[in-house]
Amino acid sequence: MDAAMDLIRRMPPAEVEMALASLLVLLPDHSADLLSKVDQPLQEAWDDESGRQYLLCDYNRDGDSYRSPWSNKYDPPLEDGAMPSEKLRELEVEANEVFAIYRDQYYEGGTSSVYMWETEENGGFAACFLVKKEGRRGLLDHGLWDAIHIIEVVSEEEGEAHYCLTSTVMLSFTTKDDPSMSFGLSGSIVRQMEADFPSTEGHLGNMGRMIEDMESKLRNGLDQVYFGKTKEVVFTMREPLEILTATSATGQSLQQAVVGDIVRRRSVH
Amino acid sequence: MDGATDDHKAGIAKWFLLRSPPGQIQQVAKDVQKILMSDKLYQQAASEAFPIYNMEQMICLELPDGSGQVLVSNCGALDSTHYLDLRTAQVATICTKIRPATDEELPSGFVEEYRSAIDSELLKYVEEAFPRGSCAVFCTAGSTAEEDDAPFELTALISASKISHQNFSSGSWRSTWKIQVNQELQSVDLTGKVHVNAHYFEEGNVQLDTNYEGSDSTVLQNPLDVATAVVNIIRSKESEYLLSLEESYSKLSDNTFKELRRKLPVTRTLFAWNNALQLSLSREVTRELSK
Repeated sequence: MDAAMDLIRRMPPAEVEMALASLLVLLPDHSADLLSKVDQPLQEAWDDESGRQYLLCDYNRDGDSYRSPWSNKYDPPLEDGAMPSEKLRELEVEANEVFAIYRDQYYEGGTSSVYMWETEENGGFAACFLVKKEGRRGLLDHGLWDAIHIIEVVSEEEGEAHYCLTSTVMLSFTTKDDPSMSFGLSGSIVRQMEADFPSTEGHLGNMGRMIEDMESKLRNGLDQVYFGKTKEVVFTMREPLEILTATSATGQSLQQAVVGDIVRRRSVH
Repeated sequence: MDGATDDHKAGIAKWFLLRSPPGQIQQVAKDVQKILMSDKLYQQAASEAFPIYNMEQMICLELPDGSGQVLVSNCGALDSTHYLDLRTAQVATICTKIRPATDEELPSGFVEEYRSAIDSELLKYVEEAFPRGSCAVFCTAGSTAEEDDAPFELTALISASKISHQNFSSGSWRSTWKIQVNQELQSVDLTGKVHVNAHYFEEGNVQLDTNYEGSDSTVLQNPLDVATAVVNIIRSKESEYLLSLEESYSKLSDNTFKELRRKLPVTRTLFAWNNALQLSLSREVTRELSK
């Protein structure tokens, strides 16, 4: 399994689905492990009854059926599918509505879903907030963003709760600004965050703010650090020739030419 | 469910090996070996994958006698283990021996004049622009051409890589420039492709995949002048590409990325969770009251 995870980290992120399918063929005994550990772009499904899209993941799956966060029904239908309790379902409904507004403001489109389930901890529960966005406007020839946020909530005494967030962002895109070239970046990162907040006003605000904070960090991290590093690699392989610095090859050869010239002239006189 | 056939498994192993990021094939190979759990299958996949990978990546090998380097590519491949180095007129067998190239393996004297002139000029450019690059020029068509006779084609290759496992990064640059010399039309036409890859994997996995295509032509003259003209074209086209890359990167944050996810909502403030929750709360209350 360690070898499998290491392998996934080296493969082109844009081909992770093929990579996972291949690993499942080679390691059928580890399929449960692989499916839960290897992050995949999210699949979408249509809820006929509610007339809305929803996202598929392990947390709304029971057997081969998936539960829609809008209608709360399984597709294909299940007699005894796993369900959140009535109270948790209320919170889930609210979370889906509010998160959809958040999603619209940041993503201006896309699909989101929130699923909740009870955990062992007393009064504790967990939730996953999912966002999928596909973009084809402007400079983007094709872009995909998938975010998976899993939060575990444990109630503590005195109206406080402990939140543990694990977020995964998968991103890939190609641009089309220049006809002579193709430019594509893809990547995936996972980060964790823990915090304590007062829970007297409920949990959604706390969870929402944590997720918002995390998404900003991940977006900026990818943008500045990760993409920036790939740019650094390219520019250390091939130097821009127009820049004459003392250390660049062009600069040095120019220096040598000038010095050679001066020496020659001196020796003539 | 039936187990996959041996051939299918070897095919999958080959798929993984061929997608190794620059300089990481050893690590990928180790992982694949562990997962396959069968040395026979691994050997089957590796023996097919390694030659293809080496050629695609334009791996550069040091000649054992220190006379230089040989570029492994499908332009210079005599077969899957023998590679031609025209600069020193030798043939290298991967992992083993060196021998002089035979007359049949070398281009005609006429073609060689152009090939070696371009090779010298190209070496200067590569030394200047690529801190750790190598290059080679091969005759890929019409190697028996003589003066005022048939057209011939030369291919110039540039290969550079940067591998830094401590910094969790690696990258490769591969240029392939086809130079078609048409003696009848007195023209020299160039078409080039540059393929660049970069990988950064410190607590994450981000990869750059970019390609460039360009072309130009010049007039057929004596070998030295053609060499200068050809390499000037290569130099300027590749510099243009670098500028385009710079531009694409600079547009990332505010343009490209924004199409996927904005830095902030249009309001330029963080999302108003309280307002949204109150709104949904009042909707809930209204629903309850209307029951």
